[in-house]
Parts: sequence; structure tokens; C-alpha cells
Amino acid sequence: MNAFRHTLLGRLLADPLAVFALAIVTLLVVSAIFADVIAPHDPTAMNLVDRFATPSTTYWMGTDNLGRDTFSRLLQGGRIALYVALTAVTISGLIGLILGMLAGFGPRWLDNALLFFFDTLRAYPTIILALALAALMPRGLGTVIIVVVITSFAEYGRVVRTQTLSLKNSEFILAERAMGASFARIVFHHILPNVLGPFFILAAMNLPVVITIEAGMSFLGIGVPPGTPSWGATLKDGFDYIRTTPWILLSGGLPLILATVGFTFLGEALRDQLDPRLRKTR
Amino acid sequence: MTAALQIDDLTVHYATREGALQALRDVSITVPEGKIVGVVGESGCGKSTLINALLQLLPENATLPAGRITLEGEDVTHASTRRLRQMRGQEMSVIFQDPMTSLNPVLSIGRQMRDIQYRQPGNRTEKDRRSANMLGRVGIPDPVGKLSAYPHELSGGMRQRVAIAMAALMRPRVLIADEPTTALDATLEVQIIELLKEIQREIGCAILFISHHLGVIAELCDRVVVMYAGVAVEEGPVEDVFLRPGHPYTIKLIECDPGRLKVRVADLPSIPGSLPDLTDPPAGCIFQDRCERATEICATPPPRAPQRPGHWAACHHSGPEGS
Repeated sequence: MNAFRHTLLGRLLADPLAVFALAIVTLLVVSAIFADVIAPHDPTAMNLVDRFATPSTTYWMGTDNLGRDTFSRLLQGGRIALYVALTAVTISGLIGLILGMLAGFGPRWLDNALLFFFDTLRAYPTIILALALAALMPRGLGTVIIVVVITSFAEYGRVVRTQTLSLKNSEFILAERAMGASFARIVFHHILPNVLGPFFILAAMNLPVVITIEAGMSFLGIGVPPGTPSWGATLKDGFDYIRTTPWILLSGGLPLILATVGFTFLGEALRDQLDPRLRKTR
Repeated sequence: MTAALQIDDLTVHYATREGALQALRDVSITVPEGKIVGVVGESGCGKSTLINALLQLLPENATLPAGRITLEGEDVTHASTRRLRQMRGQEMSVIFQDPMTSLNPVLSIGRQMRDIQYRQPGNRTEKDRRSANMLGRVGIPDPVGKLSAYPHELSGGMRQRVAIAMAALMRPRVLIADEPTTALDATLEVQIIELLKEIQREIGCAILFISHHLGVIAELCDRVVVMYAGVAVEEGPVEDVFLRPGHPYTIKLIECDPGRLKVRVADLPSIPGSLPDLTDPPAGCIFQDRCERATEICATPPPRAPQRPGHWAACHHSGPEGS
């Protein structure tokens, strides 16, 4: 497994776009992990003397309406964004993986029932569901994660189901059964590795979507609690003062752009490398 | 001597909306130890059903109203699921028709070959050594290097060799070959047939070779069973059946083989008519609707008319000229 990862990394490093994506993603992850060390100021400390400060050597990205250092807040926001994205994608991915394989392998009625369930969830607009749930539940990251999980696991479920279905009837699975493979062996040794490729690509592509949902909910004031330095909250602060101090909005948008570009490109590079059929022969 | 594989009066029905589809009717085939028996027939004659029945991997809507399959004296039709799983792979292996789809595309050759040895003793290195050894024996160059290759990196002929190596790796008593050369071109076909003969000599297994290609059957097999619409219509030694076919269907089938044509023709010969409706097969002979020799007696079940020793044809009017 270790060797496999090295070769995958090695192949990724040979692709310029993947290197670019990896650099951005590494930058985001490292800055999120060491946010406390890197941050030049306390992200929640107000300094009313330096309100709306323009970017300078003291305040790299200026300060907001309460005199808080935008750069330090964005670093903290990266933590929140990655935490929400990774947790939500893991949970929804696992639910989708299990339900999708159940639908693909189970009896016809279960497949139909699950498909109906997936379609119903997917048809529901994310933002309306977010608003409804936010009205019912306490404001916080938990609510954001639940909203994301509810709206996105159906997508994983559908992809996994389609993959499972097409694999279930393929000749190599019949060949495996003819070789005496057990059900568990077929599922875990043959179906799962075939499903995981598309699954991880979908997950990587979904990370920026989740980050955007978190930012969007925080922007609307139904995400993180007030005062928490989320990217969406920074955007909201900047939006209120866009006429006088546009740099708050601009710097708030920068990490979102970086995250979206980085994870999307990484997902595409992974898709090219993980699928042996798309990989260039060595 | 007990037969390696014995199929007695095997009948398989599929439940469909139009009623029971009689995919196989009273098929009996004997594959003696160390022999190669061919099954020949056009599409829809029940070849795939036969394989699935042998492996007991029939779809859910299939039933076996009658018949028995015994492998080395052991009843397959009534074996437990657990025992069946052991028999598959170890006592009977299958080589499938299309090498493009019969290997898992995302696992390396070595991993797949190691996987099927999971009941075998030995650690990873030993299993890999066995795999490489077998790959070398089926004529794959650089067998050790090929263990880390993925199926898409190999050509069709190479993949079929890998599939044969995988089937032979378990040293089964019976090897079932499901049209293993159909998806390959003609030059490869000869190589694969030679390879199968070699493997058969080496591990001493019996082979049930299923094909619609008469030439391949004639080249490889000791005996041949001709199937039509789920019924075995003729059986005998290969040379006998091809040189002196007794059943009108076999005669037609041989006449239609493009390999026999001496002169260029615009239209390839074919048998007029189409396969009977298997949900409501005609009483008596299954081939009567398309048969030139058919008379009133054909509405009664045909006898197994002996032709020569060990060669019979299920027909009222069998023989080269009919009677």
C-alpha cells in the first residue's frame, strides 16, 4: 500500500496541473493546521483604533469594521472550512457508499426505494433546506455539516449504485464467482476497488462545494455563530462595507477561490491517475 | 472408469412472462477423464445456460426440473453452497469468451492471480512465483514483469493467455472453455488451441469446450455434442460426426461452415427458418420446422438412432441420406 501511494504521488508530481493543485491544497492545509503560529494577530481581538485599516506590513490584508486582522481571521477560517468540508464529505461519502452498494446489490424493490429516496433528496434545493434546518436547530458547525450531509450523500449513492450495477453483471465478476469467490470477497476485493476511483474523485470535487456551502450559510447568517472567523462571515463583513473598503471582500474571496481551484484540479488529476484505463502506459 | 464430468438428462427452465422457457431439455453429456469434449451449436442453443448450470450460477428465475450433474462422482446439483464454492475454481475452472472483460480492470495481473490462490498454502512471494511460473508456461514473455501490469496494458491474445493461466493455476479436474477463441483473430486462435492442448496434457484435466466454430472443435476435441435449441441432437467421436453426420441439423451446420466453401459466393449458405419458440417447443423433434426430411412421424419424440459405435443422432430419419 505504501509503495502504491508513492507511485501515485510520483505520477501526480509528473503532471504540472497536479503539482499546482497539490501546492495550493498543501498551502491551505498547512496554513489551517498552523493558523495559531502563523497568524500575526489574535483573530478575535478588536482594535477600534485601527478600524478599516488598509493592507500594510502590520495588517497584511487590512482590518475589518471592528479592527480585527483580516489575514489572521482568514487563517482561522481555513480551519473551519477544512474541518466542515472533511467531516461532511467523509460522513456523506460513507453513507452514500453503503447505500449505493446496497441499492446496486440488493433486491429490485430496495433499489427502487433507495433511488426514489436519492432523487427526492437531490431535488430539494440546498439553500431552502439549509434555511429550514437552521430555523429548527441551534446555530453552529454541526447544523452546517448536517445540511451538507443530507444534500450530498445521495450523489455519492447514485454514482456508487451505477458503478456497482454495471460491475455486478460484468464478466470478470462472473469469472470470479466461477473461481469460487465468496460474496464478501467479490464485494471487498473486486467491486470496492472499482468503485473507489470514481468515489474519491467525486469526493475531491465535492470538497470545494462543501466549503462554498459553509461560506454561503455563514454569509446568510445561518452558519457559524456570530464573531467566528469563517470565510463566509468575512465575506459578509466585507459586503457591508464594499463601497468604502473593498479589500475586506476581496481578501475574503481569495481563499475561497484558491480552495475551489486547488481541490477541483486535484480531483481532475486524481481522476486521470487513479483510473488505470486513463493512465498513460509507462 | 468414472467420468470427470457427467451430465444426465439436464433440464433447465427460465420463468418468463410468457411461461417457462425451456432452455435445456434432457441434455446428457459425458466428459471422460483427460478427454476433450466439444459442444457445438448456434447462438441460443443453450451453451451459456449449460455453463451456468455446471457452475450452479444460474439466474434467479431458473429452475432445474430434472437432471443431475456429477463432477468426479460428486453431485453438483445438490451440493451445499459452501462445497460449491470450493469446487468452483479448484475442481472446475472456466475460461470465458471475451478476455477484454473477464479480468478486473483496476487490479494488476499479479494481484488477481494471487487472489485466486487464497485457499492455497504459501506466502505472497510463493504465490507470485507460482503465478509467474504459470504465465511463463502459457507463453507470456517476461512473466515476472507482467505481474505488475494491468489488463488494459496487454493485447487480447495475451489477456486470454492470462485467463487460461488463471484457470489452470488451480489444476482443476475439469476445465470449461466458453468459446475462448471467438473474440480473437484467426492466427491467435490456433495458438490458443495448441496452448489448451498443452495445458490439458500437462495437468491432465478434462476439458468441456464450447464453441460455435466447427473447425476449432474438429481440431481440438475427442468427442463432440451437437446442440440445437436446448437439445443434444447428435453425439459421437469428432471425426465420425464431421465426416458422417447423422442428424439433418448437423449436416446443415457443416454445409453452412464458411471454411468448407471452395468457391466464392455472394451469399453464405444458411439454414432457412428460425429457432423454435422455447416457451412452447414443438412436440417431438425440435428441428422439424426447419428440416427437409420432416414427415408426420417427426411429431413424436425421436429415438437416439445409433450411427456407428459411440455415435448417435436423435432423429427418425438419420443417416447420410435419410431413411
